[in-house]
Amino acid sequence: MTTLEQVRKRAEADAKTYGYYLTPQSDLLQMFIEGLKTNEDRYGYPSCPCRLATSNLEIDRDIICPCDYRDPDVAEYGACYCRLYINKAVFESQNLPEVPERRPAEKMERAYGVQVAAPKVSALQTLGAPETPKAPPSAQKTEVKKKLWYCKQCGYVVYREDPPYVCPICKAKREMFAEIEVKVEFKG
Amino acid sequence: MTKQYLNDNGVEYQWVDVDLLDDNDKTRVHTDIISKGGALSYPTIIVDDKTVITGFRKDLLKEALNL
Repeated sequence: MTTLEQVRKRAEADAKTYGYYLTPQSDLLQMFIEGLKTNEDRYGYPSCPCRLATSNLEIDRDIICPCDYRDPDVAEYGACYCRLYINKAVFESQNLPEVPERRPAEKMERAYGVQVAAPKVSALQTLGAPETPKAPPSAQKTEVKKKLWYCKQCGYVVYREDPPYVCPICKAKREMFAEIEVKVEFKG
Repeated sequence: MTKQYLNDNGVEYQWVDVDLLDDNDKTRVHTDIISKGGALSYPTIIVDDKTVITGFRKDLLKEALNL
């Protein structure tokens, strides 16, 4: 089982690799470390301590810490969604920014089985009769279609649903990723 | 952390650990939070059944609870 110390070391090492810092608030940091460990013990992978995992690895893949959204969030706001990872400027100012959720609505809908952009009517509905939970999304919707992607800049290849926002090897942007189409033919 | 803050300020509250619910209850909570205009992020604090605060925002909590 992973220890709290290992989780902390891993986060520190990852921050160092990317030139980030961990949140300077020690109570907050401790909470994140504990949250990551709890999730790793529970699901088998350290999903984001600020988001709800489903225990389905394929659906949670984008929110395994460091999540898919960390690098673009730190680039744009100076911190990730949780504010666990921050950049130097934020670390020095000690002022944690508010970071909006970058995870696309369709991924949240798939994970949670509810319409995220709720129409106004539903607010009225809940005031009256007890709300009926929406039917779980169809199997087709929960299916994760993985593809092979390669970075046109450095050749890094990854097999997942979407290409990364930033190439982990050469830091190229998402636009530099292209899909590798694989054709399988059967004969005889 | 939020619970600690509410405790320290003597605020009465009920809580649900959403991550530990079964799937049906989870969906009910999600539907409820979204219907109140919240986001699916935790902690979500609902003050007096109307004000929704997403995340541990001391400033917003202070304002909503008149602390």
